[in-house]
Amino acid sequence: MAVTTSPPVGTPTETGPPARRRSRRPRRSLLPYLLLAPAIVLELAIHVVPMLVGTWMSLLELTQFHIRDWSGAPFVGLDNYRVVLDVDSAAGAELLRSFRVTVVYTVLSVGLSWVLGTTAAVLLQRPFRGRAVLRALFLTPYALPVYTAVITWTFLFQRDTGLVNHVLVDQLGLVDEPPFWLIGDNSFVALLIVSIWRTWPFAFLCIMAGLQNIPDELYEAAAMDGAGFWRRLRSVTLPMLRPVNLVLLLVLFLWTFNDFNTPYVLFGGSAPAEADLISLHIYRSSFQTWDFGTGSAMSVVLLLFLLLVTAGYLLLTNRRRNDA
Amino acid sequence: MRETAAERWSRRIVLTLLAGFVLVPLYVMVSSALKPLQDVQAAFTWWPRRPTVQAFVDMWSTVPLGRYLLNSLLVASVAALFSVTVAVFAAYAVSRYRFRGRQIFSVTVLSTQMFPGILFLLPLFLIYVNLGNATGIALYATRTGLIITYLTFSLPFSIWMLVGYFDSIPRGLDEAAQVDGAGPLRTLFQVVLPAAVPGVVAVTVYAFMTAWGEVLFASVLTNESSRTLAVGLQGYSTQFNVYWNQVMAASLVVSVPVVAGFLALQRYFVAGLTAGAVK
Repeated sequence: MAVTTSPPVGTPTETGPPARRRSRRPRRSLLPYLLLAPAIVLELAIHVVPMLVGTWMSLLELTQFHIRDWSGAPFVGLDNYRVVLDVDSAAGAELLRSFRVTVVYTVLSVGLSWVLGTTAAVLLQRPFRGRAVLRALFLTPYALPVYTAVITWTFLFQRDTGLVNHVLVDQLGLVDEPPFWLIGDNSFVALLIVSIWRTWPFAFLCIMAGLQNIPDELYEAAAMDGAGFWRRLRSVTLPMLRPVNLVLLLVLFLWTFNDFNTPYVLFGGSAPAEADLISLHIYRSSFQTWDFGTGSAMSVVLLLFLLLVTAGYLLLTNRRRNDA
Repeated sequence: MRETAAERWSRRIVLTLLAGFVLVPLYVMVSSALKPLQDVQAAFTWWPRRPTVQAFVDMWSTVPLGRYLLNSLLVASVAALFSVTVAVFAAYAVSRYRFRGRQIFSVTVLSTQMFPGILFLLPLFLIYVNLGNATGIALYATRTGLIITYLTFSLPFSIWMLVGYFDSIPRGLDEAAQVDGAGPLRTLFQVVLPAAVPGVVAVTVYAFMTAWGEVLFASVLTNESSRTLAVGLQGYSTQFNVYWNQVMAASLVVSVPVVAGFLALQRYFVAGLTAGAVK
């Protein structure tokens, strides 16, 4: 970019190398770091240091007996990891189950949210009466604080007093016996619906922003060539949205995979096994039994998995971008 | 490029379905808040048969909603303001200067987005508790502790969006100011920042919403006196009773200002996303 070639501070662009060397060199090299210092200190304090501490914790026997004075907790090496990763042990089996639930949940929630978001954004591209109202309405679930949205859904899913069963049983007569939604198999469906309701507006927002960057001429040219709706979508819209989608899908994946709020508020902290997402699982196994050692080990394993997936994704998408 | 009738009708049908999906929970929130307790505890009805605003009165005394509201307001706004201030300086450095470690900084900041919150929660809990015991600096169960925590949650995304925004402001403006003798900070405050107001607004809204809606850390790092709305609203469910009408009334009260603010500023938010995320 421009700055690499022109001196950033104080000097007119015409000055050659000698003048540049003269001009306030120390300040120029120090300034960016001074500007960054607050951000770096805060990031260190809340993200980097806790991460290091967390990794250290995962090597300790940090159970309820040692939690008050954790510097005295015995060092157990990789024992916590052995417990967590041993799928034959109860803890390992539960972690694996909750990992599987989370993977399926993430794929379905991100995929469907992306489809809904893209659909809505594409359909709202063309001006028509009521477009602004719809746009505002579609963004509302994103603006709503997560707990109020999820609490409302908890109410909708109540077995005897909720809207969902009222519609299914009383109004449509699809089922005779009102099903439970917040326990048993259905709880996964309930969780997924709530998650999509909350997530798709963000996809809509990003894709809408991306659509604004597509010049009209491209559509006009495509229409001139006789391209119909689907053809325009496939040959103009989706390729032009590629950069947006690359970022959007990654962010949605990470947010959804780490989702804690939705199951925590929906099920009141103790999620049924069918909908026990990994964050909630770690939270419960840490704070219920006060075993922070294995809790930290699970967190580190989760982080390593996410790092691997992200690195793979970035490598893959970058290579394709370079090929193109 | 003309729209065919089939396209128009499929558009109407799909948009109606989507609007219904979004609207139903919102409608239930409003209509249930207007029902008396007996009615929300009985079989569901679409229409409140005996509409009343009693829930809006009772909700303040069932739980200390006023205190939660104040806590949330304080924590979210202080965290948002600080976070944006810090992000502005950092983003200016990343956008306008080439320096050693620039890439590393950008990558590190962004990658904190991927870390599961739970990974920080256990260590932070221990650090806050132990720091309090050892030095008397009260961070655990205080609003200060929560503010510091939230401050950094929105920071990475804020920096990222602001860098994109600053990048889109022509450097010619900076150079003109510098020719006039403005130093880097004056350039930031008098040239770059004013041109980036929409982006800064969008980022502030984002930071506020992040803190206003956070549940995980609020549920562990607060006690009765520092509790925020995110946790406080759970108080309407007791062992024997759930005051659904009051839950919905309180949800409405805490949602309407945020939603209204966001919708009023959404244009800038979209612009901020275009500049930051969509490059």
